Amino acid sequence: MGSRASSLLREEDIEEIKKETGFSHSQITRLYSRFHSLDKGENGALSREDFQRIPELAINPLGDRIINAFFPEGEDQVNFRGFMRTLAHFRPVEDNEKNKDPTAEPLNSRNNKLLFAFRLYDLDRDDKISRDELLQVLRMMVGVNISDEQLGSIADRTIQEADTNGDMSISFSEFIKVLEKVDVEQKMSIRFLH
Amino acid sequence: MVLLPRLSLLLTILSVFGTLCRANSSGSSSSTATESETATTNTSTTLTTLPIVTWKWHHIETPYLVALWVLVCWLCKLVVQLNTRLKSFFPESGLLIICGFILGGIVWGADKAQTFKLTPRNFFYFLLPQIILDTGYFMPNKLFFSNLGAILVHAVIGTVWNAGAVGVSLWGCWLGGAMGDLNIGLLQFLLFGSLLAAVDPVAVIAVFEEVHVNEVLFIWVFGESLLNDGVTVVLYNVFDAFVSLGGEKINAGEIIKGIVSFFVVSFGGSAIGVIFAIIISLLTKYTGKVQIIEAGFIFVLGYLSYLTAEMLSLSAILSVTFCGVCCQKYVNANMDEKSVTAVRYAMKVFANGSETMIFVFLGVTAIDSVIWVWNTGFICLTILFAIIYRFIGVFTLTWFLNQYRLVPIEVIDQLVMSYGGLRGAVAYGLAASLDETRIPEKNLIISTTLIVVYFTVVIQGLTMKPIVKWLKVKRVEPTDLKLIEKVNNRACEHVLAAMEDIVGRIGDNWWTRGWKRFEDTYITWFLMKPEARKNRDYLFSIFHKLNMEDAVNYVTEGEKRGSLGFLRSGEGTNVDFEKKHGMEFSGVMPDITSELDFGIDNVPVTSIRNPVPSVSLDIHEQDMKSMSEDFNAHHLLQQNLYRSRKNHRHKYSRSDFTINQSEDEVQEIFQRTMRNRLESFKSAKMGVTPVKKITKHPKPNHKMSNVKTTDKSYPYGDEDFEFSEADSAYSGDGAAARGSPPVRAPPYSLGGGIENPAFMPEMDTPPPPWLTEAETNTGVAPSQRAQRQLPWSPTNLRRLAPLRLSNRSTDSFVMADVAAAPDSSDESPKEPSEEERDGQRDGTHM
Repeated sequence: MGSRASSLLREEDIEEIKKETGFSHSQITRLYSRFHSLDKGENGALSREDFQRIPELAINPLGDRIINAFFPEGEDQVNFRGFMRTLAHFRPVEDNEKNKDPTAEPLNSRNNKLLFAFRLYDLDRDDKISRDELLQVLRMMVGVNISDEQLGSIADRTIQEADTNGDMSISFSEFIKVLEKVDVEQKMSIRFLH
Repeated sequence: MVLLPRLSLLLTILSVFGTLCRANSSGSSSSTATESETATTNTSTTLTTLPIVTWKWHHIETPYLVALWVLVCWLCKLVVQLNTRLKSFFPESGLLIICGFILGGIVWGADKAQTFKLTPRNFFYFLLPQIILDTGYFMPNKLFFSNLGAILVHAVIGTVWNAGAVGVSLWGCWLGGAMGDLNIGLLQFLLFGSLLAAVDPVAVIAVFEEVHVNEVLFIWVFGESLLNDGVTVVLYNVFDAFVSLGGEKINAGEIIKGIVSFFVVSFGGSAIGVIFAIIISLLTKYTGKVQIIEAGFIFVLGYLSYLTAEMLSLSAILSVTFCGVCCQKYVNANMDEKSVTAVRYAMKVFANGSETMIFVFLGVTAIDSVIWVWNTGFICLTILFAIIYRFIGVFTLTWFLNQYRLVPIEVIDQLVMSYGGLRGAVAYGLAASLDETRIPEKNLIISTTLIVVYFTVVIQGLTMKPIVKWLKVKRVEPTDLKLIEKVNNRACEHVLAAMEDIVGRIGDNWWTRGWKRFEDTYITWFLMKPEARKNRDYLFSIFHKLNMEDAVNYVTEGEKRGSLGFLRSGEGTNVDFEKKHGMEFSGVMPDITSELDFGIDNVPVTSIRNPVPSVSLDIHEQDMKSMSEDFNAHHLLQQNLYRSRKNHRHKYSRSDFTINQSEDEVQEIFQRTMRNRLESFKSAKMGVTPVKKITKHPKPNHKMSNVKTTDKSYPYGDEDFEFSEADSAYSGDGAAARGSPPVRAPPYSLGGGIENPAFMPEMDTPPPPWLTEAETNTGVAPSQRAQRQLPWSPTNLRRLAPLRLSNRSTDSFVMADVAAAPDSSDESPKEPSEEERDGQRDGTHM
């Protein structure tokens, strides 16, 4: 990626991104222009503030968590490549790529989609959703009208249902297991314009 | 096969009854004629004697026959339902048609002609509206609107395609000489095609409901069947007009007019429906005063929307559909819970009833030699084309739609959709209303339509279930999702919305949210009661219910303790509840609520967490954030805690209507919650309570329980039992747990337990007789006495609640207790034993 925002996307970058994420050429260029317009600092990378400037994200209860998901651990900048990598999680699974490449799991695989969702809860990245972490997310999603006890019992029950090994937290494997009936492919996909 | 005799027995009874009635009517009509003649001659001369009884068949003939037919049709349904084995493989609609054949045969046998027919007028004005209103009112809105595009494509393009293709193909075959000599032309064929094009909602629901296909498939076929009725009627009218114009006069201008009228009629009809929905919603804002007829407004206005659209020659079916779809949310929010339930039940009764009648009469109508004109070529080709073009249409359109769908519709689903193209009474109604002078082959069209209807309803309905099984169509999934799934699904929706925002694309999620925002800001303000707005998105009602359950549990729990102290330790949740509780039932029980409000107002502010009005108003007036959070909370809570109610199947099932499908599941959840809660109170309850204080508490205690139990038919036995177990689980002195409440009563100071001044006057009054009696005679601590008293109190108190609460004087309490005495005499002896049992149980737990 060029260091200056004005630098155009190079063909080889596009090729690489295409390979990594599975987006089409036109999608990548389209998303690049979006990336560029978000990049108010014009430094070829997005900061948290850039995301927070999107008005709709401010009213999204999980907005901050989702923004965080774009940033690799400990970093506060994300370049176009990383941006695309995150977005690639939401590419719909297409028929022809379901069993195309068994070795390298595509970013939009079921597992990766689930992992993305899991990371939203798992704040400390210990691969476990603890009661506190769940409670935080619940609190974000339900607002102030529900008492702490109510929410606490919801969290407890949620964990009880998912927890198979009795450690009062949800590991990623438990998470997968409990959501195995959910149509994640559909629920975690958006349509990118071609 | 055991049931077969019963069926035949009932049918013979029916037939005897029917023939008797016929004999009466036919015999009496002649006799009454003479009678009335003699009567008139009598009256014209002089009344010689006062007639004690006169035979007045004429006066009541029409309503009597109508009522009788309604009864007979419903009995048919009963008979059908009793045959569980037959019903398991034969669709109910088909069985009803066969019942109709039998009844029609009886009538024909008696009269040698079919005197009873399904006339288009009766069908369209008296039988159809309530069915459509019902389907609209119970439409799963979210599902419907999220699939609206696909539904419209199928309903409009698919129907036009069907009508055109069938008409033209039949015309081609006629030209080719496949049907012999018929006095018919292209326009008549197109007219026939258009009346036959529509998939019938009545037949579709009847069959699909029994098959339980998955939701998307259901809503596609069902939505299509609803909307394409409108299309069919429009097409029919256009072609009807063309036919009467005659082939020569039709030019491009007329055709364009036809297309314009198509849009005007469809959108105009929908607009009428929306207008009436707004009227209904506005009206129900104020109908609280006439609660007893509140529910009726929905039906009257719904019907009026149908008739108004009909009057303006707009699509009546679309009108009433959209009326139901649009008003449901606001009506449910505005009206009292009881009225909502009344509407729901009444709606189901009407819809189910007239559906039954439609099918039976479809059978009855067939037994008539007049209408049957057989033309093998015409009939067979019609069936063939109807099926073939349905398949072609569905597959083509779905292919196009699949290009734009995230999850394509599978081939199997498409097969079922095509095969589910059942024709029904609407087609017949349209055929029967054809003008014989313009369409000479009207009878052939009617008989062919009937054959197609029978073929699709009976044959396709019969084979639908095996085919669905055989093709392994994705059935409706079990709806009891786990909490984490619910939470996660919601989280996913947020994520998707956020991603769309980040990507900068305006997608479906954007529209949903935009509409939501608009609705929240303007529409709810306009159409909902202020109180209802507070309950918007059911967040508050859910929260309220949750609290109510909690409070009931709290009180039950507290009763066992024999004190109200738990109210203080309840961290305010219960107090919060009271407020809402009072609000909700203010209309029903003014006495109680005024009392209650009085009480609440005096509760120290600190104990009221989040007073309702401010919180709920904040939701609207604050930022978008709290709003969307609120929305999520609704879903989260509703789905988590009341998941059984989210069962979509029941929403559009016409015959199975259950509100609280699994009450025990909800209970179980709450008991679990309560157990957790109790755990957290453990520490607070270990102190010693002054006995003196307790002596004064039972009364308010009663009072609280009154309020809470009046409306909830809560299985107290279970609750008590549960809690006794829970008690024993944590109490240090197991066996004594129930026997010595003071030990575990919360450590409140004087006045700490009851600060509420509302209760104070009562404490100063002398204790009621039973209390003193308890103290002196049994020597049991008063709290314990109260505790023992309470398990049977709910049943009594529920009846006595208004009395007790409206008069707070000691006298009334005495009176109430006196009044309660006879009632409770049979119950009270049981209870101590139960207590003992519980005690023993506690012991064993040790």
